[in-house]
Amino acid sequence: MTSQVPLHEGLFTWPATKPQLLGSRCSQCAEAAFPAQPDCRSCGSRDTTIVELGDHGTLWTWTIQTFLPKHPYLSGETADTFRPYGVGYVEMPGGVRVEARLKPNSPDQLKIGMPMQLDIIPFCTDENGDQRMTFAFSAVAEV
Amino acid sequence: MDVAIIGIGLHRFGRSPDMSGMQQGASAVRAALADAGLAWKDMQFAYGGSQDGGNADALVNELGLTGLQFTNIWNGCATGGSSLHAAYTAIKSGEYDMGVVVGFDKHPRGAFNPQPKEWGLDEWYGETGLMLTTQFFALKTQRYMYDHGITEDALIRVSEKAFNNGSITPTAWRQQALSYEEIASSTMVSDPLRKYMFCSPAEGGAALIVCNADKAHQYCSNPLFIKAAAVRTRHYGSFEVFSPSQAMTVADAPTVTASKAAFELAGIGPEDVDVIQLQDTDSGTEIMHMAENGFCEHGEQEKLLREGATQIDGRMPVNTDGGCLANGEPVGASGLRQIYEVCVQLRGEGGARQVANNPKVGYTHVYGAPGISGVNIITK
Ligand SMILES: [Zn+2]
Repeated sequence: MTSQVPLHEGLFTWPATKPQLLGSRCSQCAEAAFPAQPDCRSCGSRDTTIVELGDHGTLWTWTIQTFLPKHPYLSGETADTFRPYGVGYVEMPGGVRVEARLKPNSPDQLKIGMPMQLDIIPFCTDENGDQRMTFAFSAVAEV
Repeated sequence: MDVAIIGIGLHRFGRSPDMSGMQQGASAVRAALADAGLAWKDMQFAYGGSQDGGNADALVNELGLTGLQFTNIWNGCATGGSSLHAAYTAIKSGEYDMGVVVGFDKHPRGAFNPQPKEWGLDEWYGETGLMLTTQFFALKTQRYMYDHGITEDALIRVSEKAFNNGSITPTAWRQQALSYEEIASSTMVSDPLRKYMFCSPAEGGAALIVCNADKAHQYCSNPLFIKAAAVRTRHYGSFEVFSPSQAMTVADAPTVTASKAAFELAGIGPEDVDVIQLQDTDSGTEIMHMAENGFCEHGEQEKLLREGATQIDGRMPVNTDGGCLANGEPVGASGLRQIYEVCVQLRGEGGARQVANNPKVGYTHVYGAPGISGVNIITK
């Protein structure tokens, strides 16, 4: 049976009903980082703790990856099956801008300042047949 | 003590299918030595670097086993700038009188494929397709255009200028001028940057012979002087390549601090510069670097480009040899190619691309992963 595993431990809470991105916050200067790290790049302190950064944010900048990246890209796609994907930095409530894949992948779907929602999605299948899950952002559906 | 440049050499950028990267480096050194009228055995030290071309100090196998001090430098896209900085300080310290700085490279075709581990990052960052320099430059340009009212017109004009300058530079890789329409309709690679707005990894070599300025006239009738060499890295909050996250408050790029340090060392300002080389990995970065280096205000580039201010006959000529866009980027050599071009211009040897009115002050700037910048100021 196919199971789902996170692409890398410690990037997000999962499985969960409302998965959250995980980062770290410095106890000395309060700056946040993603992914979580033991050292603070702002002040050099080693006094950091793991925190939830949130599950939504606003788009700070974006682009679209139109060609198949070389190794170490590991989606399993070929030049023929490759589907362009969006990439952006999303401002998180936790106080940091996180780089992520974006589900919208055409310029007319993306606009700086638009609200974005975190999704945990299957990225590729590993040698055991398990789906490796990663984080991505999608546009918040219009109400 | 001042530091002089008394010889310059280039192995033409582009593709040299019959030569290794190392051989292209040796070719550049031989050209620089011939330009200076000196021999390899006259060199007391060497600094050199390459990303994919091998260890620079193996060049002694090509040039001669003379026993000189040879130090390899690897500092990303700032490798050339860092090599020159090392040579500059070696002479300023009084330890040596004369040496060579060399950079060369030979990259596989297509985009670079950096490996996360080499940059202190986890594999998932590369595996999920977030670790591409082209992406980063697009992301930074996209935000810059939004913040400062830059339009696609400016991006197109930078490329138009680059390929036009390349077409009148005999050593340039890309010798074909491209029309505004050809650039504007080329394939979108990473929004907002199109195919003809990116430089490509390439091959080539560049070398300089540097010397104690007090002794330069013994060897050379037209020495040029390195008035400043500064290399700086990123600050907390700089918006940099290979960053899984960015701080909420954007800090100055390392270019800003390297540039300020260089102007302070040289005791001059941007208004005193006659010919400029800026890192133009893509047309967006040239625009951002115009302001980060102090040559204009943020947002002013749109108007300056429309007026042609950065063209060879403009009031602030930028990338007179076509820059990285027309020459490609052999990483180890690229920064030294900029210095080569500024020296050609200050000597008045630019031919069809010569900047008029006897330029006296040249400026070079490299920028690259993972947030490093090198600036040099060179004068007559
Ligand atoms: Zn801190």
